[in-house]
Amino acid sequence: MTPAAPPLLAAESLAFQRNEEPVFGPLSLHVAAGEALLIHGGNGSGKTTLLRVLAGLLPPSEGDIQVRGQHATRESVAQTCALLGHLLGHKGELTAVENLRFAVGLNGQREGTDITEVLETVGLAGYEDSPARQLSAGQKKRLGLARLLLLPSPLWLMDEPYANLDLEGIALVNRVVEAHINGGGAALITSHGAYATPAVRSRVLELD
Amino acid sequence: MVRHADASISTASACLALLRRDLLLVWRRRGDAAQPLMFALLVVSLFPLALGPEPELLAKIAPGVIWVAVLLSGLLSLDSLFRSDLDDGSLEQLMLAPQPLALLVACKVLVHWLASAVPVLLIVPLLAAFLNLDGRLLPVLWESLLLGTPLLSLVGTVVVALTVGMRRSGMLLALLALPLYVPVLIFGAGAVMAAAQGLPFAGALWLLGAALVLAVVLAPLAAATALRIAMP
Repeated sequence: MTPAAPPLLAAESLAFQRNEEPVFGPLSLHVAAGEALLIHGGNGSGKTTLLRVLAGLLPPSEGDIQVRGQHATRESVAQTCALLGHLLGHKGELTAVENLRFAVGLNGQREGTDITEVLETVGLAGYEDSPARQLSAGQKKRLGLARLLLLPSPLWLMDEPYANLDLEGIALVNRVVEAHINGGGAALITSHGAYATPAVRSRVLELD
Repeated sequence: MVRHADASISTASACLALLRRDLLLVWRRRGDAAQPLMFALLVVSLFPLALGPEPELLAKIAPGVIWVAVLLSGLLSLDSLFRSDLDDGSLEQLMLAPQPLALLVACKVLVHWLASAVPVLLIVPLLAAFLNLDGRLLPVLWESLLLGTPLLSLVGTVVVALTVGMRRSGMLLALLALPLYVPVLIFGAGAVMAAAQGLPFAGALWLLGAALVLAVVLAPLAAATALRIAMP
């Protein structure tokens, strides 16, 4: 990749209002391959809304979003971004493996990944056939992380990935994000700033 | 882009993955899934008890009663079409998937129809026997239901998609869906009524069929757009 390559995701004077009430912005940001953008802000500062706007779930009130230098379309966002939200999208009645198999069927699979290996990476070995309902909150988060690892999207939009995780889990998130970014991926991570962050090239955007 | 060649394959596999997941979910929640069937069975079996043993009267109202029971049983399970997907976040994942949302919605409608209408269609002969319906009318009743129930599922899906962002939208859903259901009911039950009186009934069936073709094409598109607008 040449240094002049356009960033994976960029936003220009992006703002969002809900019922005339400003939620965030206007702000500008960009994330290139090989780096992480940390979005810090307290509760209610609009972190989740920002991520949902960037993912295309909500239309921005003002501003423009670009994917790889092109105006963002639903398709280009879908192929570039994978969202790990507060709601993880698991079906409680399905087992861990069935949930992941569905995610892979819907989005495609990253080359060289394997569901069993990924479950082992996130510390869920032995839980392959447990219904997602029976997993603890932290384990569900790990299952969401496993989904990100399996999808082909280079940019991860992670909404409070550290919530519900134990110290080992937080270290795991950082490890996984580091590996992803060192492999040419990128991540956009929201948090309220109280956790150790991955040891990669990262910038911080403060929301207030 | 090179992606185009495998894009169609992955769209097909995404639809298959969704169909497989939703059918598996129907199976794992089969207690809930049997609700429309039990509802239709209850309604139809209560009529003879309420009206008393008058075979002629029962035979006369049978097409209407069966049609209403099937229609309401479908409406009953319609509310849950996107509910659990919304609550656990998988609706977001569907909307963010690189596949056309309309196709994915169409898959969900298909599963809804398979789970709620097909079991009822299979016991229609039993329902008809409860109400002393003339056996010669059974094929017409079956055909009208076969054309009408997918139409109801498709039209209902648009309404559910519009109200997906609202909590406790059951009341609103019924109010919005019923006016759209009325024409289907009139043509569906009307075809059987006409056949019972020896009148030509093919016209009503053709109209149902034409409406079904239109709905198969348009309803998923409308529902997908409605979902994007109504997503909270």
